[in-house]
Amino acid sequence: MNTKVTIAGVEFQNPIMEASGTFGSGMEYGEFVDLNKLGAVVTKGVADKPWPGNPTPRVAEVKCGMLNAIGLQNPGIDVFVERDLAFLEQYKNTRVIVNVCGHSLEEYINVVDRLAGENRVDMLEINISCPNVKEGGIAFGQDPKMAYLVTEEVKKHAKQPVIMKLSPNVTDITEMAKAVEAAGADAISLINTLTGMKIDVERQSFVLANKTGGMSGPAVHPIAVRMVYQCANAVKVPIIGMGGIETWEDAVEMMLAGATAVSVGTANFYNPTATLDILEGMKDYMIRKNIEDINSIVGLVK
Amino acid sequence: MKVKDTAKVISQSVLAEGVYSLIIETKAANYAVPGQFVSLYCQDHSRLLPRPISICEIDKDVSTLRLVYRVAGKGTDEFSKLTSGDTIEILGPLGNGFPLEGGKPMVVGGGIGVPPMLQLTKELEGSVTAVMGYRNDDMFLTEEFVDNAAELVIATDDGSVGTCGTVVDAIIENNIEADVIYACGPKPMLRALAQYAAEHDIKCYVSMEERMACGVGACLGCVCQSTDVDDHSHVHNKRVCADGPVFLSTEVEL
Ligand SMILES: Cc1cc2nc3c(=O)[nH]c(=O)nc-3n(C[C@H](O)[C@H](O)[C@H](O)COP(=O)(O)OP(=O)(O)OC[C@H]3O[C@@H](n4cnc5c(N)ncnc54)[C@H](O)[C@@H]3O)c2cc1C
Ligand SMILES: Cc1cc2nc3c(=O)[nH]c(=O)nc-3n(C[C@H](O)[C@H](O)[C@H](O)COP(=O)(O)O)c2cc1C
Ligand code: FES
Repeated sequence: MNTKVTIAGVEFQNPIMEASGTFGSGMEYGEFVDLNKLGAVVTKGVADKPWPGNPTPRVAEVKCGMLNAIGLQNPGIDVFVERDLAFLEQYKNTRVIVNVCGHSLEEYINVVDRLAGENRVDMLEINISCPNVKEGGIAFGQDPKMAYLVTEEVKKHAKQPVIMKLSPNVTDITEMAKAVEAAGADAISLINTLTGMKIDVERQSFVLANKTGGMSGPAVHPIAVRMVYQCANAVKVPIIGMGGIETWEDAVEMMLAGATAVSVGTANFYNPTATLDILEGMKDYMIRKNIEDINSIVGLVK
Repeated sequence: MKVKDTAKVISQSVLAEGVYSLIIETKAANYAVPGQFVSLYCQDHSRLLPRPISICEIDKDVSTLRLVYRVAGKGTDEFSKLTSGDTIEILGPLGNGFPLEGGKPMVVGGGIGVPPMLQLTKELEGSVTAVMGYRNDDMFLTEEFVDNAAELVIATDDGSVGTCGTVVDAIIENNIEADVIYACGPKPMLRALAQYAAEHDIKCYVSMEERMACGVGACLGCVCQSTDVDDHSHVHNKRVCADGPVFLSTEVEL
């Protein structure tokens, strides 16, 4: 049985990763999950300097999902390299994907340049849903021209293959996928969170200090499957699918829709071993269905 | 060590209006210390996020934890229906407990901040003064504090029992002296207490609350403002779940 998948020349022992921002750099979940068994660890978004993030409350529960407005709190690239990358050094079987954020093109490039010499970094994942200060607050991920520009610049500087992480908060996700592919992206990942809002009817005010937050969890899964399917039929680059995956069925569904690999986010919060449980379930499915190679199910449903 | 466990409900009882005492059997009990909490998960899977509840009592001999909570919404309402023999998914013990310091201790609890002070009272050395604040005479756990503390002082909002006013009013009225204060309760109470402690040069530990998602320090959902730069993100945000919930009152913005 083969569970190995390859994305932009990088080989993963299996297609199961955790989603950026839900797992730190793996340290906090090491008590529950042998990180060496994951396809990849995808680290929390890191910028060129520490970001304090948003005021609290930063998280809220919604039916079958959650909202978050963490605001990309992170220690900045220097601490990240010294501490988090050094920590990940010991997990040789697992690939390391570093998620990158920035308020401006320069900030993205600073991080990408800083990581160029780091051998432990197998791939970069560029989060284009960050607040774009320079261009008036619209995220790079909502305008195909801006997404193209970021991708093109990042590709000029990056020494590792580049995954562009797409926001679902757009009218046509395939337009975004095509734009970043045309600009040279090696892979795409989707979906990031969907912008939502929750109001406390007793207090008659917003639950999140930020008013809006990104929605994730099982409730968004069908949207994610649809978007992965659409992108798989619109671009040639490999896709990492995510959004509401909590069981092996969800992961297999995402792969049938066209994802070469999958990430598990919110599910870690209520099942710390979700990633490994999904991997086991997927292997059982392969046995039951006589699937020799997991790659054979990618995009099977047309 | 933290464990994800299917805990067995040993018993549940009502202590006061809307306040429940739940005893669960779980291996998490073997690692627990006073001041830590556990995440409880709902059976109704439309509610995904954990409900953090402080540990009220620990019995390592029989691997049980006692949790005392107030019904505050749908999740805690679900828990209130648990009966002996049921199971509940938990993650814990989480966070850092109260450091057991020397000197004369005073434990202070306000409302649903009273329960975590019980196990602490049992483990502290020296004669403990317990100062507990309630809304009215519908009190809970007072007998346990009478049994385990050297002295129990009560404050109620409506004056039906003890000092009419806040726990700080009760401390002043009863002239309570201490070298260390340990406290859990609503933020205004913690703020007043921290100020009192600073004025009297008393070391003060406070247990903080914030909305949580992971409970283990990974998501950065539950931060509180810290006076110093934090070790995790090198900003001024400490994670209540992993760096707390217990902090020195001078360490955090109250
Ligand atoms: C470290 C810690 C220890 C706690 N210990 C106790 C305790 O010993 N006894 C007790 O009665 N309560 C305690 N609480 C508060 C308790 O977690 C909430 O009352 C509970 O989560 C409410 O859940 P619900 O589903 O009934 O309410 P809902 O309002 O329906 O909950 C919706 C969401 O908001 C979260 N939430 C709501 N109120 C709070 C709150 N005050 N703090 C954190 N999250 C909240 C819930 O976890 C859930 O994710 C503690 C909170 C923290 C952070
Ligand atoms: C608390 C939290 C923090 C997140 N932080 C990041 C981040 O730093 N960078 C990023 O690209 N995506 C971030 N995400 C989005 C997730 O990586 C993922 O795309 C999204 O949550 C959908 O997957 P899920 O439903 O499995 O959680 C975050 C999500 C959550 C819930
Ligand atoms: S709840 Fe995730 S860091 Fe505290």
